[in-house]
Amino acid sequence: MSTPTVTIALVETRHRGPWREFWGYFSANHGAVAGLIFIIAIMLTAVFANVLAPYPPDLTNNAVFLKPPAWQAGGSWAYPLGTDAIGRDILSRLIFGARLSLLIGLAVVVMAIVVGIALGLVAGFFRGLTEIAIMRLMDIILTLPSLLLAIVIVAILGPGIMNAMIAVVIVVLPHYVRLTRAAVITENSKDYVTAARASGATRFRLMFAEVLPNCAAPLIVQASLGVSTAILDAAALGFLGLGAQPPASEWGTMLADAREFVLRAWWVVTFPGLMILLTVLAFNLLGDGLRDALDPKLKR
Amino acid sequence: MLRFLATRLSLVIPTFIGMTLLAFFLIRLVPGDPIETMAGERGIDPVRHAALLKEYGLDKPVFVQYGIYITRVLHGDLGKSMITQTPVLREFLALFPATIELALCAIIFALVLGIPAGIIAAVKRNSVFDHGVMGVSLTGYSMPIFWWGLLLILLFSVQLGWTPVSGRIDVKYYIEPVTGLLTIDALLSGEKGAFKSAVTHLILPTIVLGTQPLAIIARMTRSAMLEVLGEDYIRTARAKGLSSVRVVALHALRNALIPVITVIGLQVGVLFTGAILTETIFSWPGVGKWLIEAINRRDYPVLQGGVLLLGLVVMTVNLLVDVTYGVINPRIRKASS
Repeated sequence: MSTPTVTIALVETRHRGPWREFWGYFSANHGAVAGLIFIIAIMLTAVFANVLAPYPPDLTNNAVFLKPPAWQAGGSWAYPLGTDAIGRDILSRLIFGARLSLLIGLAVVVMAIVVGIALGLVAGFFRGLTEIAIMRLMDIILTLPSLLLAIVIVAILGPGIMNAMIAVVIVVLPHYVRLTRAAVITENSKDYVTAARASGATRFRLMFAEVLPNCAAPLIVQASLGVSTAILDAAALGFLGLGAQPPASEWGTMLADAREFVLRAWWVVTFPGLMILLTVLAFNLLGDGLRDALDPKLKR
Repeated sequence: MLRFLATRLSLVIPTFIGMTLLAFFLIRLVPGDPIETMAGERGIDPVRHAALLKEYGLDKPVFVQYGIYITRVLHGDLGKSMITQTPVLREFLALFPATIELALCAIIFALVLGIPAGIIAAVKRNSVFDHGVMGVSLTGYSMPIFWWGLLLILLFSVQLGWTPVSGRIDVKYYIEPVTGLLTIDALLSGEKGAFKSAVTHLILPTIVLGTQPLAIIARMTRSAMLEVLGEDYIRTARAKGLSSVRVVALHALRNALIPVITVIGLQVGVLFTGAILTETIFSWPGVGKWLIEAINRRDYPVLQGGVLLLGLVVMTVNLLVDVTYGVINPRIRKASS
């Protein structure tokens, strides 16, 4: 399709460079930039948790059970966000919790992408029975409510952070498989693939060197939105007692511990959830921004 | 139309088989054999162990076992709870109305707020209201609802004392179940104050469960509306001199609602997922809380049967939505057959 508008866009692209062009679109979306800044900040917090946190996350102090935050009567700046039921510093636990929650989110997405791309490429390239088998399995996973399926998987494997991650990977997998397969099928019919095939490229080369790089954009967007789903689902499992086990300072697990104190200590309940909300929100904003910047259909 | 129905139905059968396989292997994938798993930490003597293996048909080859299992399922026999010894199906049916009542209220809450918010946001595009609605809806979409529930309890039950903390109705009332929906049963019973008690117990769980669907419906309505408002026939309607309200309400809304209806149908899965968390927070006696308790008590027959039944409900609703959608929109019907 060589409509005049497309030609102009291409000329413009050439002398702006792909990264400059991407940043131009991305930075126009203030929400996405805010999300990105928050994510960078929280990543730095996670990396430098040892330096930033005033106390170790598991250090209990018998003298300060359920101490309120510093600005409330009875609080002190030694524990800025107060302490929990066994005298652990909430701020320190939140800071170390960033490590755990981000790790879960990123690890789940990386695993889902690797397995999802592999299955999607196979389904898109080999078609026939292989494709039907893979796609039907993905349909079944999509039919069951995601958290319910994750709970069943954890019930089989036993509670724990690793099993919770595996459960979330399985639950989110269909999105990556479907995206990859759809992109592969579209790309496969294009001339450059035919040309590569005609010049004798092996199937392996076709899959990974020719087609895959051109399927990247939707996968990047899905990955960014996927981190938020992964963090949210893993936290929900933690909250139900099926994810990270106490005394781990995972945010969802912290909330589960805090439930019984909801009537007398608002701070033990409020802060971990707020961190989950802000982090998930930041990844969703980033994902929206990436989609606008990477999806050529939405570009002006 | 028949062909469309046939294609759609043929997709259901493998999904159903897949779900029964999942439920069947659920108990077999747990380390140790099912009898040991059921016995738990108490242990079991070898003679009784062998007798039980025989009784449950576990000494037969796996595919024979699966055959037995699927025959039982098709006859409505999903086994008995190990704790209460009640048939799983009966327990499910007793608790399911509570979940339905909650889910219905949540989806009504989401529709009543979400559709008007989406329409106004689209009509007043880029206004403060539009940005507000989009901001709130993205926040709602990102909300960990288990935390949201605790926050609402903190504010409305603990600080303000307006709503009860948990349960479905005040313990002093005993309402004979007729429809299973407690608000309606309370009205029918004519007991003074029972209806009010049932409604106040419903408010917070409804808000918590309705938040994510609300966010999704508001966003979806807005984008569907924006698309429709850019169409030629809307311009024609405006050019004819029709009032803005008439154009939006009569011409645009009808077409914009088609994708929204689909989204509502797809919320069933989201609602059940949310119900598991919401019921746990508010001690709401529905199937979600029942499943979580089954896990904690290692009551595998309940888990096995409950998962299968919930999966079936979701599958049936999705099928109905698809078929309805095909009936409303002939283009879908043609494209998929």
